[in-house]
Amino acid sequence: MPRFISAKPDSRLLPLPWETPLAEWPVNLLVALPRGLSRHVVRFIKVGDDVYAAKEVIDHLAQHEYRLLHALMRQGTPAVEPVGIITERGAVDGVPLDPILITRHLEFSLPYRSLFSPGVRQETVSRLLDAMVVLVARLHLIGFKWGDVSLSNILFRRDADTFAAYLVDAETGELHARLTRGQREHDIDIARTNLLGDFLDLQAGGLLQEKLDPLRLVDMVTSRYRELWNELTGVEEFSGGELDRIENRVRRLNALGFDVAELDIQTDADQETIRIQPMVVDAGHHSRRLMRLTGLDTEENQARRLLNDLDTYRWRTGQAHVDEAVVAHDWLTHSFQPVMNAIPAELRAKREPAQIFHEVLDYRWYQAQRECREVPLLEATHGYVRDVLSDLPDEELNLDVLAPVVEDRQLVNPYDPSMGYVEAGEEPPVDAWENQADDQPEASPFLDLAALRARAAAKARAKAESEARDTP
Amino acid sequence: MANVSFSDATRIYPNSDHPAVDRLNLEIGDGEFMVLVGPSGCGKSTSLRMLAGLEEVNSGRILIGDRDVTDLPPKDRDIAMVFQNYALYPHMTVADNMGFALKMQNVPKAERQERVLEAAKLLGLEDFLSRKPKALSGGQRQRVAMGRAIVRQPQVFLMDEPLSNLDAKLRVATRTQIAALQQRLGVTTVYVTHDQVEAMTMGDRVAVMKDGLLQQVASPLELYDRPGNLFVAGFIGSPAMNLIEGPIVSGGVQIGDYILPLSREVLAKASNDTSLTVGIRPEALEVAEQGIAVNVNIVEELGADTYLYSTLVGSTDQSVDGQQIVARTSARHKGRSSGTVRLAADPTQLHVFSNATQERLSD
Repeated sequence: MPRFISAKPDSRLLPLPWETPLAEWPVNLLVALPRGLSRHVVRFIKVGDDVYAAKEVIDHLAQHEYRLLHALMRQGTPAVEPVGIITERGAVDGVPLDPILITRHLEFSLPYRSLFSPGVRQETVSRLLDAMVVLVARLHLIGFKWGDVSLSNILFRRDADTFAAYLVDAETGELHARLTRGQREHDIDIARTNLLGDFLDLQAGGLLQEKLDPLRLVDMVTSRYRELWNELTGVEEFSGGELDRIENRVRRLNALGFDVAELDIQTDADQETIRIQPMVVDAGHHSRRLMRLTGLDTEENQARRLLNDLDTYRWRTGQAHVDEAVVAHDWLTHSFQPVMNAIPAELRAKREPAQIFHEVLDYRWYQAQRECREVPLLEATHGYVRDVLSDLPDEELNLDVLAPVVEDRQLVNPYDPSMGYVEAGEEPPVDAWENQADDQPEASPFLDLAALRARAAAKARAKAESEARDTP
Repeated sequence: MANVSFSDATRIYPNSDHPAVDRLNLEIGDGEFMVLVGPSGCGKSTSLRMLAGLEEVNSGRILIGDRDVTDLPPKDRDIAMVFQNYALYPHMTVADNMGFALKMQNVPKAERQERVLEAAKLLGLEDFLSRKPKALSGGQRQRVAMGRAIVRQPQVFLMDEPLSNLDAKLRVATRTQIAALQQRLGVTTVYVTHDQVEAMTMGDRVAVMKDGLLQQVASPLELYDRPGNLFVAGFIGSPAMNLIEGPIVSGGVQIGDYILPLSREVLAKASNDTSLTVGIRPEALEVAEQGIAVNVNIVEELGADTYLYSTLVGSTDQSVDGQQIVARTSARHKGRSSGTVRLAADPTQLHVFSNATQERLSD
């Protein structure tokens, strides 16, 4: 009987066919959502209205990843939410099956293959890479070495005009008290190789915008990571007359979306040189503020946009001296909610609420520019629904985004993009190694001493022979 | 290719009062396959990570060839970590899957192709080069991953429990492949495992570690035949060596009602001990008229060998009673599957250890 380990049990998972290898699950339980490449069997399973990602993986890895994802969740790092592990699975014929790790599908997420495809703008590419760099830096700040940074292991969500990146796969991750420089560098080195592979693969499959150069994209990630890391943790030295540089540094970090929880400030004996270094920085400067004021849970740049609107609202409604929390409540009931209420229910799966609000603000700005007048928010909302939203694809559960870009090709398995496309004439070549391996007897759990002695004797013989050859 | 040298290399983790790796001195020869083995927390992975540049070296030095790499970042060390992550890209051919990373090192196309072909020949993958990887088996995917490391032509390969994510069958097959491949390539390799059978089957030499300290480094056979201390004696060998403790008496060690004779030289070295531990490998025990008294619990026939799983019978010392003793005899065990028998130890295959120092006393 399978065993469920879960912090948030979902009883609807219990009756699923755990005794069947995941690759053989009936398709009525699956959803063919676009996703990255994987070494393991991964499927999206649909339970009621919820979608979970299921990964079949050996026991110690499943446990390791489950715990790590929990640790990341506790730290508030953007990562998929672990739901549980199903262990002790036995097939009907008695053969034990590997455990399945279940994570919650990240709503409104966009897998990379849909984002770098032909037609993508250079700007969008830069923003995706920036989102990835921010994610890696955030993980490094909390001592997490990913070990497998790649596009396949990242999901993107819209975040106002930019993107927010989420970690999807923590299998190779390690959580340390603090990362050494070598660990960080190694992570970046792995990222470079994996990303180059990802981009070249997209290129080989005709799925990458032609103008994009994989090597250049990879270099961009490295240099942007270095810049960000330096801003987040680097030491800055200046003279005692430039005290405003302390505040400037904090402002710059805030602008990047980080709060400074601890800043180390040192002065030399005569107070002529000041040395500052952020010791603890936390991501989510704007989203935390918005959450505190309104209870809205948004991405960082969405929060920034909404907070700007809140500030404008405060000024426009003459509430400059009213407590910020009170104004926020007022804004929520008179600005944000009415916009949400004006969105027809059937269109709400197209974008997250905060993203819709951001896009409505954009729409209003353009309309106001065009028509040289102030456009009321609700009028803009109706226009946005009519002109923009109704034509957008659903992104809550992103089924269509991977609609075959190259239409004459078909995935070998719609549930597993790792298998690539169907191609004609594919008889596998003969593999002497595998045939040999099949002939080998099952290894004994005991040490084969006879083999060990034979190997040592052969080595000694070879050494003696080579010495004899070398001696004239 | 190059030799690797740890010299007094020490790693102390922040907030820890004792070193994870304590003054490690280890010379790894050019082209050698060195396995670091030991129980969890022994420092083997930390040592490998120090060599890889992932862990700081708090004191001491690490050299690759003549180069002091102690403070170099990982990418400047000319090493390759094998198997860490081996995503295979579905739209790229096997050849491109193996060689793409060389583009970052600006290796010209012709040389890239040459290196890939060479690696493919070594790995028996030539016929697959123009294929897409989708139809590859688990083992073939592993080989492509190995190929990716090979084409980089690093000075040293590092492998940290590379087989731990594979199922049992693939693990044994890959073990053989890695060992064979390393021999053909002749690239210095440092390999970490917790599995002593894996260590003994693969390594040219094996370094056994415990609590951050190197216990012994030797060829697999020497570790087996002459373990340097009690820990190595108990750790290496499967089934494990029988370690039997007894008080020193005139002419030997008292085990139950039997005095196991020890040479005068060995007893002379034990002047600080009142008791000794004698190590006897299962295959060095035979059922005999005279010997150590045991109660046989289970008899297992495995091929030509018979394994007797038994417990010591102690007549004078109660503490001895109940210890597990395993004997492997070539002769069929006649008689009952339970009852008391006596086991005689081959006097040339006795391992004697001081209980005071844990060190080996016999030759």
